[in-house]
Amino acid sequence: MGRLRRFFADKGVLEVETPLLSAAGATDPQIHSFETRYQGPGAARGRALYLASSPEFAMKRLLAAGSGPIYQVCKAFRQGESGRLHNPEFTLLEWYRPGFDHFRLMDEVEALVVELAAGRLADTRAERLTYAELFHRHLGLDPHTASNEDLARRAADFPALAGVSGLARDGWLDLLMSHVIQPRLERLTFVYHYPASQAALARIIRPSADVPAVAERFELFYRGVELANGFHELTDAAEQRARFERDQAQRQAQGLPPIPLDERLLAALGEGLPPCAGVALGLDRLLLVFSDQERLSDTLAFPLARA
Amino acid sequence: MANYSTNEFRSGLKVMIDNDPCAMIECEFVKPGKGQAFARVKLRNLLTGRVVERTFKSGESLPGADVMDTDLEYLYNDGEFWYFMHPETFEQVAADASAVGDSGKWLKEQDSCVVTLWNDRPIDVVPPNFVELRIVETDPGVRGDTASGGGKPATLETGAVVRVPLFVENGEIIKVDTRSGEYVGRVKE
Repeated sequence: MGRLRRFFADKGVLEVETPLLSAAGATDPQIHSFETRYQGPGAARGRALYLASSPEFAMKRLLAAGSGPIYQVCKAFRQGESGRLHNPEFTLLEWYRPGFDHFRLMDEVEALVVELAAGRLADTRAERLTYAELFHRHLGLDPHTASNEDLARRAADFPALAGVSGLARDGWLDLLMSHVIQPRLERLTFVYHYPASQAALARIIRPSADVPAVAERFELFYRGVELANGFHELTDAAEQRARFERDQAQRQAQGLPPIPLDERLLAALGEGLPPCAGVALGLDRLLLVFSDQERLSDTLAFPLARA
Repeated sequence: MANYSTNEFRSGLKVMIDNDPCAMIECEFVKPGKGQAFARVKLRNLLTGRVVERTFKSGESLPGADVMDTDLEYLYNDGEFWYFMHPETFEQVAADASAVGDSGKWLKEQDSCVVTLWNDRPIDVVPPNFVELRIVETDPGVRGDTASGGGKPATLETGAVVRVPLFVENGEIIKVDTRSGEYVGRVKE
């Protein structure tokens, strides 16, 4: 932690703290927030509050207010996530760099990881591959043009995936990515330019004649573990609202409860979020891969089972 | 039988896969940060013993398998079936060769075995960890050799063949560990 704080202090990145309890939550249909209630002065009948699944929205409000470059180490909470590499409560390092694009931020992520590894990395140069290159190399298919049937057929080539059915397009891509490709990403690897349908809060590069629409989003993998997710951030308030509403529609279709939209974030984007790139890195998982452990619970003093 | 959703998956759970009863050995939660969650499980097919891997979307469910381990007393073998009896209800079940498998060579009348029943049909038989069986055929004993260098084969009353020390004689009763198939010691009558 000392080295981490020095890394950012040397670069003039300000440490901040934002609330863990918020009136709004993530709308992403694949992320489930813990809901709790506040009751007391100002809310006699009680009101719903959500435990932050990431500090992203609050940090973007700081950026829009002119904070300049900021970072935060905080707890994040995700309902329903527990397993070898998941704990419903975990520690995130999240930071934002005004003026950076995702490529420049990947450089900085790489520098930080090498610094924190303190010699534990066999190969300190990260490999960089687009999502399309990755699928081509490991599965021999184009993730942007393959049909759902192509993806399902390719999955069926792997005995452990043969019984899977009824997935949407991104579900098939997630299945192949997380079960086939990811375990093979042994060395430090950045994957970038995800399909536009998996943009989350990243900018989308509009398609041209021979290039499909891709998201300016990247992820970092090491020893088969997903470590970080970053974006060249979406700054357009109208586009952000449209994505939130699409999420809500999808949540409804899946029978998930609606989540109040973060109107304060949308207002801040309306005021103007400076062009920036941001990334979240799982510190428990970083500790896991650096300490040669197999299970996240080995890195936590009190994992869920002993919380 | 109840259905089990992915959140109820755990090792030891008995479920139906492709119409066969299976026991879960391992279950892993797999989820990309911003993507679909899955449960990847390793299962042992209780009929064939084969281990298979399967992947399920989070929230999917599997029918449970009505599989139960019971302590039954071995009665006899009629050449085709091995018969077992519940010591209290006296109910009898007949297990075929595929259920008994290799365990058959350790079964002695009145020994208590763990019989796995699926829909009341025996699919597996585990003999006691230790059995005491009489030697029906072995080379003559070598007196004075108690240091058991190498040993010799001995055929037991149930047909099993185990390696015994050279001093052990025909007609003696010996104790055998059925998990390893190894001689443990002589039993005094």
